[in-house]
Amino acid sequence: MDINPRRLVGIQPERVTNVSNTEFPGHYPDEDHSWDLHKFRESLKVRVQRLSRRSIEFDVVGIDASIANAFRRIMIAEVPTVAIEDVYVFNNTSIVQDEVLSHRIGLVPLNINPTKIDTKEPGEQATDRNTLEFKIDMECKHNPAFNKSSLTTNPTPSDKDLYINHELLSSHLVWQPVGEQEERFANYPVKPINPNIVLAKLRPGQAVNMTLHAVKGIGSDHAKFSPVATATYRLHPNIVITKMIPFERAEQFAACFSKGVVKIDERNRKCTVSIDPHHLRNDTVSREVLRHPEFAESVALSRIRDHFIFSVESESAYPPEQLLVEAVNVMHEKITAMKNAALALLNGGIGVAEGDVLMQNAP
Amino acid sequence: MHSRTVSSTLGGKSVQPVRTVRDFFLCSLPGTMATEATPKIRIMKGASADLSAATYQVHDESHTMGNALRWMLMKNPKVEFCGYSVPHPSEPNIQIRIQMYDNLSSLQALIKALEDLGNLCGAIKDTYQESVQAGDYEKWDEKS
Repeated sequence: MDINPRRLVGIQPERVTNVSNTEFPGHYPDEDHSWDLHKFRESLKVRVQRLSRRSIEFDVVGIDASIANAFRRIMIAEVPTVAIEDVYVFNNTSIVQDEVLSHRIGLVPLNINPTKIDTKEPGEQATDRNTLEFKIDMECKHNPAFNKSSLTTNPTPSDKDLYINHELLSSHLVWQPVGEQEERFANYPVKPINPNIVLAKLRPGQAVNMTLHAVKGIGSDHAKFSPVATATYRLHPNIVITKMIPFERAEQFAACFSKGVVKIDERNRKCTVSIDPHHLRNDTVSREVLRHPEFAESVALSRIRDHFIFSVESESAYPPEQLLVEAVNVMHEKITAMKNAALALLNGGIGVAEGDVLMQNAP
Repeated sequence: MHSRTVSSTLGGKSVQPVRTVRDFFLCSLPGTMATEATPKIRIMKGASADLSAATYQVHDESHTMGNALRWMLMKNPKVEFCGYSVPHPSEPNIQIRIQMYDNLSSLQALIKALEDLGNLCGAIKDTYQESVQAGDYEKWDEKS
């Protein structure tokens, strides 16, 4: 696998080299690096590698770090989700203070399709179009079924044996449909994604009674609105063996890399040490190999600058494979908003709205 | 961000007409009420008359758009220089400096870069969705 050396970020024992992309017009004589959608489409490769119900790993090859980073940032901070924003406490005699409990409740991920509700603008009244209401009403009691005589056989009874409602869980958030919400969410059960999150522990006599309002928001306002647990990318590693690795050192060499990266082939009483291209992506590029003087000259470490391995974990109503699509949609919205503003500037003349720049006075 | 507004009469029944502490703060903070009047893009003082060199201040944007746009502008051979900055982390503004060759308009270059960036996004979305639909990937069961 020969890779254009321009695409590589060199990894030396104490430094990285060729970090920046240089493919801009004017950088290389007689080379055109101006934007070309057709060329871009041809060189672009996007491939999903692994998908589960909660996470996805996909490769994007052929984009600049600024673009990859834009999508990563948007997935974290600008894709909208629904979370609990207002908590009305009518009673809370648990040991968790109102504000701490409210904060914990706010962080509970809800399984609500954000396209089904509108954003509540600041100062706007709560309606069935922009707010979902939940209720918590529970009180912890002694379990009447518990019998003290059972202590002889079981001297350490569990909380579950002793009490009723000893834990306030995310499953205790009960949706209260208002207005047309029942029809609108008929096919989407409105509830927390994970029913087993412990929000508070209770003891007999302690009670919690609250009304909660969930609204749509984005992660840059508060992390509870972030649809992802993690959204990261890393560059694809590239390891080239430049000098043959002697047979007796093969195992030691392989131990310098992540599992499966180095392939030792012992067929035909000859040993060849090579890099397994299928497992290469798993390498952490720890540079351990460069600490061994006997190997330092035998291997060249690098990463591929335009090969991004995205890893995204969804912690929201979005299925993980939907998150990049949502991020692209948000990016499109941002571009459109900026373009309209730029076109308005172009058509409306300069500085008309602001009066900050008076073009006739400029030199 | 989300400029869509919905009249409360549209949805019908009100959930609960409670004015929250948050509403109070949102209304009383000077910065938040000024957002409607702030233009999305304005040209900073000192731009050349033909706009061949100008700094644009973009409201409500961050590194996300700043760096992507900077890269796309640098892909334009008519752009002599392009750089962006976030002048202060607690102000939701970015500044993009564009200088053009041949006294061309930097505003035109900005518009072109935005169009190209839109096309790039479309290409990525298409290719990604093809890959998702092809289903040629490892599916695994994650416990959560």
